[in-house]
Amino acid sequence: MSGTSTYVPKSAFARWFESRLPIAGLVHSSFIAYPTPRNLNYMWTFGAILSFMLGAQIATGVILAMHYVPSATMAFASVDHIMRDVDYGWMIRYLHSNGASFFFFAVYMHIFRGIYYGSYKAPREVLWILGVIIYLLMMATAFMGYVLPWGMMSFAGATVITNLFTAIPLVGVSISHWLWGGYAVGDPTLNRFFALHYLLPFMIVGVVVLHVWALHVAGQNNPDGVEVKNVERDTVAFTPYATIKDVFGLSVFLIFYAWFTFFIPLYLLDPDNSTIANPLVTPAHIVPEWYLLPFYAILRAIPNKLVGVIALFGAIALLAFLPWLDTSPVKSAKYRPLFRFFFWIFVVCCVGLGYLGSQEVSDQTTLVARILAIGYFGFLLIVLPLLGLIEKTKPIPASIADAVLVKAAPAE
Amino acid sequence: MRRFKTSFAVPAALALMITAGAVVLAEAEDDQPNPPQQSWSFYGVFGKYDQAELQRGFQVYKEVCSTCHRLSIPFRTLADPDGPGYSVAQVKALAASYQVENAEPNDKGEMFKRPGTPADIFPPPDAFPNDAAAVAAMGKAPPDMALIAKSLKYERGFPTFIFDIFTTYQEMGPDYVYAILNGYTKKDDPQWNLYYPGHKIAMPQPIEDGRVKYDDGTPGTLANYSKDIGSFLMWASEPTLVERKKIGFRAIIFLIVLSSLLYLTKKKIWADAH
Repeated sequence: MSGTSTYVPKSAFARWFESRLPIAGLVHSSFIAYPTPRNLNYMWTFGAILSFMLGAQIATGVILAMHYVPSATMAFASVDHIMRDVDYGWMIRYLHSNGASFFFFAVYMHIFRGIYYGSYKAPREVLWILGVIIYLLMMATAFMGYVLPWGMMSFAGATVITNLFTAIPLVGVSISHWLWGGYAVGDPTLNRFFALHYLLPFMIVGVVVLHVWALHVAGQNNPDGVEVKNVERDTVAFTPYATIKDVFGLSVFLIFYAWFTFFIPLYLLDPDNSTIANPLVTPAHIVPEWYLLPFYAILRAIPNKLVGVIALFGAIALLAFLPWLDTSPVKSAKYRPLFRFFFWIFVVCCVGLGYLGSQEVSDQTTLVARILAIGYFGFLLIVLPLLGLIEKTKPIPASIADAVLVKAAPAE
Repeated sequence: MRRFKTSFAVPAALALMITAGAVVLAEAEDDQPNPPQQSWSFYGVFGKYDQAELQRGFQVYKEVCSTCHRLSIPFRTLADPDGPGYSVAQVKALAASYQVENAEPNDKGEMFKRPGTPADIFPPPDAFPNDAAAVAAMGKAPPDMALIAKSLKYERGFPTFIFDIFTTYQEMGPDYVYAILNGYTKKDDPQWNLYYPGHKIAMPQPIEDGRVKYDDGTPGTLANYSKDIGSFLMWASEPTLVERKKIGFRAIIFLIVLSSLLYLTKKKIWADAH
């Protein structure tokens, strides 16, 4: 899709440089001349938003790391020092802690968009799997970042998550001790989490490069789910068309990000994390951050710990198999009425599980969580494979240009 | 577009029924009243601290709370014009009235105490030099008050927690403090509190009408004390709140203008693409 570069160096220096390292040509073909389907809607701006958020998290994170002390005795105080003494430290920290949530919000929009429009189908399977890997790395990074302030919930969260590994038969306990660097979550755990929290974002950057590379080989999917047939008619150049749309989408996104950061920075932060970690005191009610809640609800819905842990990781791992679980040849939900109905049920299951994950466990919540968990797995394992066989899809347009013209016609 | 909406409506209705059911069942077993919401000067987009209120709140802390509760904030922050706004001279005098243990030993290798300076952090209460001493005396260590207003919570519940995003409700801590101080409603049991989870609180009623004499003529009532200490503790845990909201307001105005311009640019660029 990216094709051969049409970049023509203008100056003598640019010609000299381009013949030695053709990076300007690469940027030109990837972000300027790159043809994008002309029918993309605003759900497609989340890719650019996510790239921005990754950069923003790294930038604010590096600054925080200059003032943070990764030790069980100093961590909490050093965060308080950032908040009180460091110039604009409060802003950097609130941007970073709320940034994590907005990063996840954007990634969920991105993932659900991918499912709705069948973006994982051929020829984009590798692109999709790379995305699932990014999502996994993001969760690991966010979890370890949450431990760093060493508040009560940080400590409880670290204990609960690392304890999951004790469910593994025979070697589970040894693995946990190895992860902790001791017999419980403590100083060595915090230290290595800090090291990994600093490392993983750069691994995410690496996989993002592969993700974008794969995207630029296969080309973008689009709301009609038909491949580009005629570059002239079906696509527009990335710059200025997609660029201005992405920048506008990002700017609107930043309004909400700023609202949270400056007016309700504590909204998503558990108050228990404003109390220093104390191994002898466990919070009455342990909850992870909101973006992990659906998986937490799945874990708690299952009485057997090992099965619960398998379900928890399975719920995430299954996403990687979507290209093969979905048997329908039609990509976009626009032309799949039954799929569309089940897709929204799936979304509702995810949101419902998220809500239940935040609630204290009772018989009722466990029952509802079980129903919703069955809905989650049922969609991926039963509905998707079956739909391809039984669903009567609507006729898909012959090309992107045709789809756009059909939409534009009644308005004229 | 119409089809999109109907296909969404059915699962949404289903979900609403399920979650509503769960919520009703979950709340049926709860007999804990939520702290009532007070009106705070620092609430909302244009919220600011009331200087006189913070100074009275500090007086309450100094004369009552500080007997047991530590306040790990630097003295110098009391001079913050967005905060209590004491003069530098007042803060110096205040700091000097405390005995602070020096971080380094003297040339004989002995730890020693000296008068505090504005750069020092409030020392722990004389009664309890550390948490263990407090636990030994009271059964439970009184929490540090530096971040207490950010560490207190109660369940906001659905759908209130959704509205909180738009109303910018962040005053859970001061509301909680206010409620606790007014929650000692059983005269025969000083450790029974209406708003404390489980009602059994380790701290007996700490303050009552007339306990502190205000200099500015504000009546010394429990309601006033609660309001003032609530504000002061919020300031102690969010000293940058005023600056934050000021910057935030500008940031959001800027982003709205930027977004509008970008939208118009986008429309112009795309005009020839359709």
